[in-house]
Amino acid sequence: MRVNENMESTNMKMKTILLTTAAAMIAAPAFAASHMANEMTIVSWGGAYSKSQLLAYDEPYSEMTGTTIIHDDSSAEAVAKLRAMNEAGNVTWDVVDVVAADAIRLCDEGLALVIDPDKDLAPAPDGTPASEDFGDLLVSECYIPQIVYSTTFGYRTDMVGDTPPTDICAVFDLEAYPGKRSLEKRPINNMEWALLCDGVAKGDVYDVLATPEGQDKALAKLDTIKDQVIWWNAGADTPQLLADGEVVMGSTYNGRLFSVIEEQDQPVAMLWDAQVFDLDGWIIPAGLSPEREARARDYVRFATDTQRLADQAKYISYGPARMSSAPLVGKHAELGIDMAPHMPTDPNNAKNTFLYNYEFWADYRDDIDAKFQAWLAQ
Amino acid sequence: MSDTAQSGPVLAADGTPLKKSLARALRLQKTRALLLIAPLLLFVLVSFIVPIGQMLWRSVENDIVSDTLPLTVQALKTWDASAGELPDEAVYAAFARDMIVAVKAKEHTKLGTRLNYEQTGISSMFRQSGRKVGKWDPVADAPFKQKLIDVHDGWGDINTWRVIQTHARKVTPGYFLNAIDMRLTPDGATTQPEDKRILIKLFGRTLFMSLIIMGSCILLGYPIAWLLANLPMRQANILLILVLLPFWTSLLVRTSAWKVLLQSQGVINEILVWLGLITDEGRLVMINNQFGTIVAMTHILLPFMILPMYSVMQTIPQTYLRAAKSLGATNWTAFWRVYFPQTVPGIGAGSILVFILSIGYYITPEIVGGTKGVFISNRIAYHISSSLNWGLAAALGTILLAVVLLLYWCYDKIVGIDNVKLG
Repeated sequence: MRVNENMESTNMKMKTILLTTAAAMIAAPAFAASHMANEMTIVSWGGAYSKSQLLAYDEPYSEMTGTTIIHDDSSAEAVAKLRAMNEAGNVTWDVVDVVAADAIRLCDEGLALVIDPDKDLAPAPDGTPASEDFGDLLVSECYIPQIVYSTTFGYRTDMVGDTPPTDICAVFDLEAYPGKRSLEKRPINNMEWALLCDGVAKGDVYDVLATPEGQDKALAKLDTIKDQVIWWNAGADTPQLLADGEVVMGSTYNGRLFSVIEEQDQPVAMLWDAQVFDLDGWIIPAGLSPEREARARDYVRFATDTQRLADQAKYISYGPARMSSAPLVGKHAELGIDMAPHMPTDPNNAKNTFLYNYEFWADYRDDIDAKFQAWLAQ
Repeated sequence: MSDTAQSGPVLAADGTPLKKSLARALRLQKTRALLLIAPLLLFVLVSFIVPIGQMLWRSVENDIVSDTLPLTVQALKTWDASAGELPDEAVYAAFARDMIVAVKAKEHTKLGTRLNYEQTGISSMFRQSGRKVGKWDPVADAPFKQKLIDVHDGWGDINTWRVIQTHARKVTPGYFLNAIDMRLTPDGATTQPEDKRILIKLFGRTLFMSLIIMGSCILLGYPIAWLLANLPMRQANILLILVLLPFWTSLLVRTSAWKVLLQSQGVINEILVWLGLITDEGRLVMINNQFGTIVAMTHILLPFMILPMYSVMQTIPQTYLRAAKSLGATNWTAFWRVYFPQTVPGIGAGSILVFILSIGYYITPEIVGGTKGVFISNRIAYHISSSLNWGLAAALGTILLAVVLLLYWCYDKIVGIDNVKLG
């Protein structure tokens, strides 16, 4: 879900325009409030992910309110573009889908509106206020989480012999599992996994990684497999490499692996061990006109209520960010399979998970990235 | 007629002096010409010169520290960092006042991000402190020194204050130093630690690989251009379409096609294994390295080399070669002494185009470059879109621009820019 989520979206801004009929506008006069803009631009990642949002949030919302929704698949460059728009004094986006780390930066830069969860977001059906329903996932005061996804490994079932890997350290075990691996071309997650497999206790990983010795230790561990790694930039790379048999295992977002396994029926299985949870969600850009801001707030309130978040899981295997949505998760809309076991948050998958430390990476990202890139270029 | 010389200035038909009238007509003409090119001039100014100027400016601009912490910067002027003692209460009080204002304007986290480029950890210091300091009162809550250190022990670290003091200047050489693997420390400019040096290496690699790409474009393009210029019209047209065809295909498609061809389970390796030329274990590594980048970029940039060469070759009469041969030259001599020198302007134009295009190339190295085949532009893109360190990105871009201009100047000195023909 990070850099260049899918190639087709980086270059093309596939703008789908959802036009609802005038009839819908008349049918729902209560929502066609005059102080809200009638058109909004929603920015997301494109591909299957945008499709799940379109079906779960946008179509029902347009039908209910008569709002015209324009889609822009620019989330991969959202932070830089929003900053540029803000400097130019012309923000053209109304709601933007970003990962948590980007939301924190947008909030730091004053580019996103501060949200009061209990005032701005819908409570759970049983009346639990939103701040409790989202709980710890509200990692920034500007951020409204939508889904929990994880970065985890998939492996080729036909290339691992009779003992399929069950442990994250299989990635570093070239003897038991020879062949190439694909890892993301950035330090985040890779450094943590390297330390975990170098004997660092889970609770100490970030303390160790904060020291230059710890960073060297992690790079030394990665050095043991460096020759066998294909580094990826786009979330679609690993699924493709797995399908081609180019790699024996590789990291990517769990939803991507779900579609390789369940939709494309490839001989691939999930290695959920030490999956790293991360969030994806909405921010509302700062600097909108009052009408557009009101529309954006209204949309976000609708799109992050309990039912809508549960609906999205019908189309993609990411876990809803609200606790109250979990029991409502049903079957996949087309495949008809039960979605709950494919959620990263399912107890069977989440036996050993790793929590991404946002604060740590906000501080150390540039420093460690410089080292990581220098190491890569050696 | 003979007495015109004595009757003062020559007059035009309407009685004004001819000189004046001529000047007016010329001025009118010039204005008209200027008006005609005004749209283009404005366009170039707005879309090219202004953005580049802004980029150049961004690479040294550093208002944020002194704008966000004006009182602190003032107070720090009298602090002697080398004494090894923390600043006194006056500095802390000034800082608290600045912060209270900055938190209200939500500027403190921006400053934290800026200073985090210089010292890792400052970003969260500002974010965490902002929550508490924002609620303080600049008068009632004094003194601040101990209070700030209690909020975050980073404020008790002498280095924090040295960093603020060092980077308080409104115009900084810091980004340029970073761009050449150095950094601005309180003790002056020093080199980056060895394990963080990468940018010089990338600059060197970008130039080196661009030269190789340019060279392979010349080698591959020259015979094709020659064929184009010398085949009968019908065949030449078909060939020209084949040369232009790649232009009509998306860059991403062409790059991805190389991926399919070159990867270890790819078409070329499969054929070689099938032919028994290599073993299944010994598949060639042809992608995600420099080789992959050079192959894919040579393919993509080849038309930019062929077209200028072709248009120059087309103007060379075939009779020259025949004349040379009739005077007793061998095939080689006729080519090397007569034909080749006349094609140099085409090679020059193609080389400049290909070289300058490849120096700034981004997407192809990103896809097929792996770790060893990426260019400086990939790093610039990272700093623009991921790390948001636009100052450093601007400095890198400025250096790249300077390198290109320098090479252009060298080229002009050696080959002469008048010798370049695009057609």
